[in-house]
Amino acid sequence: MTAADASRSGRPPRAVVGSQINRDEEMFGAAFDRAIFGRFLSYARPYRRALVLAVVGVLAFTATQLAIPLIIRFAIDRALIVDPAQAVPLVVIMAAFAAVIAVNYVANRSQDYFVGLTGERIIFDLRRAMFAHLQEVALAFMDRTEVGRMMSRLQGDVSSLQEFIDNSVTAVGDIVLLLGIVVIMLWLDWQLGLFTLALVPTLLFVRLIWLPRARRAFRHARETNSIVNGALAEGIHAVRTVQGMVRETVNFALYDDKARENLRAHLRAAKFGQVMVPIVDTMTGFALAIVVVLGGTLVIERTLDVGVIVAFVFYVQRFFDPIRSLTMQYSVMQRAMASGQRIFEVLDVPLAMADKPDAIDPATITGAIAFRDVTFGYVKGQPVLRNVSFTVSPGETIALVGPTGSGKTSVTALLHRFYDVWDGAVTIDGRDVRDYAKKSLGRHVAMVLQDPFLFSGTIAENIRFRTASASKEDVERAARVVGAHDFIAKLPLGYETPLDQYGRNLSLGQRQLLSFARALVADAQILVLDEATANIDSYTEQQIQAALRRLLEGRTGIVIAHRLATVRHAGRILVLQEGRIVESGRHEDLIRSGGLYARLHAFNFSSFDDAEGISGRT
Amino acid sequence: MSTASSALDSPTAPLPGSRPAEVIAAERTLGGDLRVLARICRLILRYRGRVALAVVATVVAGLFQLAIPPLLGRAVNTALGLAGDASVSGAAAREGLFVAAALLLAASTLRGAFTLVQNYGGESIGHLLAYDLRLAFYRKLQQLSFSFHDRAHTGDLITRGILDIDGVRWLTSAGLLRVLLLAILIGAGAIQMISTDITLGLLSLSFVPFAIWKSTTTRLRLRALWLTVQEKMAILGRIMDENLSGIRVVRAFGAEPHELTKYDRAADEAMAITHERVRTRAGYSSVMTLSYFVALGLVLWVGGTRVLAGAMSVGTLTEFLTFMTILQLPVRQMGMVVNAFARAATCGARLFVVLDHQPTIAERPDAKTLENPRGVVRFDDVSFAYPGGGDSRTLHRVSFLVEPGRTLGLVGPPGSGKSTIAHLLPRYYDVTAGRITIDGEDIRDLTLDSLRRAVRVVQQDSFLFTSSLENNIAYGDPWADEDAIHRAAATSQIEGFVERLPERYQTLVGERGVSLSGGQKQRVAIARAALLEPPVLILDDSTAAIDAGTEWRIREALRAGAANRATIIISHRLSTLRHADEILFIEGGQIVERGTHEQLIALNGRYAALHALQGRHDLTEAQP
Repeated sequence: MTAADASRSGRPPRAVVGSQINRDEEMFGAAFDRAIFGRFLSYARPYRRALVLAVVGVLAFTATQLAIPLIIRFAIDRALIVDPAQAVPLVVIMAAFAAVIAVNYVANRSQDYFVGLTGERIIFDLRRAMFAHLQEVALAFMDRTEVGRMMSRLQGDVSSLQEFIDNSVTAVGDIVLLLGIVVIMLWLDWQLGLFTLALVPTLLFVRLIWLPRARRAFRHARETNSIVNGALAEGIHAVRTVQGMVRETVNFALYDDKARENLRAHLRAAKFGQVMVPIVDTMTGFALAIVVVLGGTLVIERTLDVGVIVAFVFYVQRFFDPIRSLTMQYSVMQRAMASGQRIFEVLDVPLAMADKPDAIDPATITGAIAFRDVTFGYVKGQPVLRNVSFTVSPGETIALVGPTGSGKTSVTALLHRFYDVWDGAVTIDGRDVRDYAKKSLGRHVAMVLQDPFLFSGTIAENIRFRTASASKEDVERAARVVGAHDFIAKLPLGYETPLDQYGRNLSLGQRQLLSFARALVADAQILVLDEATANIDSYTEQQIQAALRRLLEGRTGIVIAHRLATVRHAGRILVLQEGRIVESGRHEDLIRSGGLYARLHAFNFSSFDDAEGISGRT
Repeated sequence: MSTASSALDSPTAPLPGSRPAEVIAAERTLGGDLRVLARICRLILRYRGRVALAVVATVVAGLFQLAIPPLLGRAVNTALGLAGDASVSGAAAREGLFVAAALLLAASTLRGAFTLVQNYGGESIGHLLAYDLRLAFYRKLQQLSFSFHDRAHTGDLITRGILDIDGVRWLTSAGLLRVLLLAILIGAGAIQMISTDITLGLLSLSFVPFAIWKSTTTRLRLRALWLTVQEKMAILGRIMDENLSGIRVVRAFGAEPHELTKYDRAADEAMAITHERVRTRAGYSSVMTLSYFVALGLVLWVGGTRVLAGAMSVGTLTEFLTFMTILQLPVRQMGMVVNAFARAATCGARLFVVLDHQPTIAERPDAKTLENPRGVVRFDDVSFAYPGGGDSRTLHRVSFLVEPGRTLGLVGPPGSGKSTIAHLLPRYYDVTAGRITIDGEDIRDLTLDSLRRAVRVVQQDSFLFTSSLENNIAYGDPWADEDAIHRAAATSQIEGFVERLPERYQTLVGERGVSLSGGQKQRVAIARAALLEPPVLILDDSTAAIDAGTEWRIREALRAGAANRATIIISHRLSTLRHADEILFIEGGQIVERGTHEQLIALNGRYAALHALQGRHDLTEAQP
C-alpha cells in the first residue's frame, strides 16, 4: 500500500475476498429416515447376492477374530498347564488355529471385495439414475438450477452415501464384535467380565459429552475450508483484474485473515480429535488393571484358569475400537440421510411432458409453422406471451425483434415444445406439436442457440454431434458451406483438433460457425436461430451473415435477431413487446411507420438488447 | 494478412492441441521425489520446538507401550507361581498383583498422554505448514505474470491450492511420526523380545519384513490406480458438467440418447478401474492380516512347545503374545504411511513447481516510483511476440505518442494486435524490442505499483466479484468515500440502475447475487476505472455491449472529468473512435493507416472500407 492509502486506512476498506456466502450448506437432520432408507434399499436390491455374501463375510471374519483369543486360552489351559495325561495335544490346537486363520483370510477378502464393489456399483447406479433423469426433466427446472449445485449432488452427495454403505456393513461387524466380546467375557468368567465391562458406561458417557462439541469443531473447520478455498479460487479467476487494479497487498491481507481463521479452527478441531486418545488409553489401563488384580486373585484362589486372563487381555485391547467407530457412525448416517434427501429430491423432479401414446414421427415435413392465439408463461398469472398468432410458410424466414423480456425466446422454446402452451396451439404442418414424438421434433427442428455451446472432443465430433451416421465428407461439406473449413484446415490437426472445455481454444466467431455446421449436419427442415448478442467484430459478422444465409436456404427459419444486418435479410419482421406482436412487416415498411421498430433502429445499430429507457416501458 | 481469410483467427487463444497444464508439469523421478520430501522436511523444521516435542513424545509413547507386555507377563507369572505355592500369604500375592496393575495403569495412561502430544503435535505442524503454503501459493499466483496465467489451467491451479496442500499436510502426522513410532516399536521391541528369547523374538517379528514389502508395493499400486480413477472420474465429471451447462443444445438436437451413451462409456471405464482397485485392496488387507496371524500361530506353537518342555514360563509366552497385539495396528498402518509419503511427494512436486516459478515481469532493484504522473505515453519502435509464440510477432515496430488531454483510437481486424498494445502499457507483458515511456521514463525502470496506478485498463470481460456493487466499484481504491463512488457510477451511467435496486450500492452482485447484463457489467468496470481518475486510461473494447446512446453519454462524462488525461480507445465500432485526435488502423501488428477520421476516410483505404462495411446507418450518431 502506498502512503496515501495508509493515511486513509483509519476505517476498514470496502473490500472482501471470496464469496460471502457459504455454498456448501450442510444439513443436519435425523440420522435415520425410514423413507429415504427404504428408497435407498431399492437401489441395493439388484446386488442382494453380493450384499448377502458381504454380510456373511463380515460375520465369518468377526467370528474368527473372536475365536483366536479363545484358542489361545484353550492352548494355555488345556495343553500347556495341565496334567499331561489329560492334555490336548498342541498340534490339534494348532490345526484348529490354522483352520480359523484360513477362514479369516477368505472371509476378510470376500468381505472387503463385496462391500467395496457393491458400494461402488450402487453409487454408479444412483449417479446414472440422476443423470438420466435430468435428461428428461422439464427445462424450467434446469433453468432455475445452478449447474454447480447439481454437480455437487452428482458427485459430493453420492460420495457421502458411498461412505455410508462402506461403513454400514462394517458397523454390522462392529456390533457383532462388541456383543461377541461381551458374551464371551461373561461366559469365560462372569465376575471378571462384569467388572471389566463396568468401564463401558463410563466411556460411553464421556464420549456422549464429547461428541456434539467435537462435531461442532469439525464442522467449523470444514466451513472455514470452503471459505478459504473459495477466496483462493476467486483470486485465481480474477488475477488479471487484481493485478490491473493493484489490489495484491489488500487482497493478501484479507486472505491471510481467512487462512488464519482456518488454521485456528483446524487446531481446535485437532485438539478435540485427539483428546479421546488418553481417555481411551486410561480406560484400557483400568481394564488391564482389573483383569490383573481380580483375575490374578481368582487364579490364586484356583477358581480361574490363567488362560482366561490372557484371553481377556486380548479382548480388552479390541474392546474400545468398535465403540469408537459405532459412535462415529452417527455423523456418517446423518450426512448420508441429508445427501440421500438431496439426491431423491433430484430424482423426484417431475419429468417434462411425455409423448402421447399415438405420437407421430413423420419421415419428412414441409415446415409450415403456425401460432394460433398462444398464451404462455413460466409463472402462474404472469403470461409472457399473450394471444400471439402468426404463420410461417415453408421456406420462409422471419425475424423476431423486441426488447429484452418481450417473449422472443419463449416463441422458439414453444416451437420445440420445451414447454407447453397455456392456451392456443402451436402447429407444424397443421399438426399440434403436442401430437409429435419428442424425438421427431428433435429431428425436424434444429436450433442454433445464442451461446454456441461446444463439447469436449474433436471438431469433427462436435459438428457430427448426435448424427452418428454423418460421414467425414458430410462433416467437411457442412463446414465448407458455413465457411468454417478454412480455419479448421489451417489447424495442425484439422478436423481432429481436440477442443478445450467449452471450446475455449477457439474464438467466439469460430465457435459460432461450428454451431452452424452442427445444425447443418442435423439437416432439419425448420431452423430456429437465437442470434448471439455478444460483441462480434464486423469482419466476423460478415462471415456469419454469409453462413446464415446458406444455412437458411430452402428451410423454414425463425431468427431471434439482434443485428440489423440479419433483420434486413429476413422476409418479414415481427416486433414483440410485452408478449404481444405489436408490428410486423418488411424492414422498410416498419421504418416508415415510425413505431417501436423505428425507434429501436434509430438508437442502435448492432444490438437491440441493451437499449434501456426506450424499451417502451418508460 | 488478408481480412477475408483470417478474420476468425483469435489472438489470445492458445494453439489447439497444446496441453496448457504441461507447461507447469513437475518432474517425477525417485531422486526428484526425495528432493521434494527433503524440502517439505525443511519447511517442517521451521517449527523446531513443536517437532522436537512431537518426536520426544513419540519415542516416549512407544517405550511406554512396550512396557505393557512384560508387566502382563510378570503378572501372569505371579498369579501362576502363587497358585502353585500355598505357603505364600494371600496378602503378599495381592500386593504383587496390585503393583503390576498400578504399573499397567500408569504405563497405559502415560502412553495415552504422550500419544496425545505426538498426534496433536504432528497435526498442528501439518496445519501450520498448510497455512504457510497457502499464503505462499496465493502470493505467488498474484505475482505471476499474465504469460503464466495464460498457459495455466485455472481448475488445475485451484486443485493444487486445495488438494495438494492437503497432501503435503499429512506428511508429518501420517508419515514421519508413524515411521518413527514403528521404528521404536520394532527396534526397541526387537531388542527386548530377542534378549528374552531369540527364536520367539525373531518369530514374533517374522511378518514385519513381508508386511513392509507388501504394503509398499501394493500401496504404490493402489495409489497409481487411485490416480487413474480420479482421471476417469474427472472425465465423467466433465461430461456431466457439459451436459448440464449445454442442456438446451442437447434438448434442441434430441441428443439425450447420444449423451447417455457417452456417459455410459466413461462410467464403464471408471467402474473397471474402480473394480480393479477394490480387488487389489481386498487382496492386500486380507494377506496382511494372514501374515500376522501366521506369525502369531508360530509364536504360540513354538512357545507352547517350550512351555511344555519346561524351558519357558507361561508368563513369558503371554508377554510375546501381547507384544504381538501391540504390533498389529502400526504394521497395518504401514500402508497409510507409504501412501502419505507418496502423496506428499506428488503433491509437493506439483506445488513447488508453481512456487518456484519466477514472474517474467519483475521490478528492477533500483526501480523508481512514478511521482505525480502527467500521462505522456510514447511507444517507441515497439515490437512484441507472445512468449512461446515463436517468431510470429504480434506487434511490429509500432510508434505513437499520446499526450494528456488527447485521445488515441485503435481499430483493426481481430488478431491485429490492438489489445496487445493495451497489455504492454501497464506491463502485463514486456516489449520484445523498442521501448515504452511515460513522462519520458522507460516503464521498465518504474515500480509496477506506481505504473499500474497511473495506467488503468478497462477490459472487455472484466471480473465481477461476488460482493456488493459498492465493493465492486471501489475495487481499485477500497478506501474511497461514498461521494467518489457515486460520482464514478454517474460517470459510467450505471447510477440510474443502481438507484432502482432495493439495496442500492449494497446490492450483492455476481454469482448468487443479482445478475447483471453484459452492458451493466461493462459499466461497472468503467466505474471502477473512473473512480481512480487515472492519468492514462485505456478502454479495450469495453463498451461493446453498451448501446450507442449510453456509450456517448459515458464518453462525454469521462471527457468532462479529466482534461489532463491521456485516453486510448480500442473498438470495433467506428462511431466510438470517430472523435479521437488520432486513429491508428492496425493490421498484422503494424500501423497501416493513421490520421483523423476525416483524413482516413479521405485516404479511401482500409479504414474507409470498414466504414462502408459497417453501413451508413452505423454512423448515424445517436444523441438523445
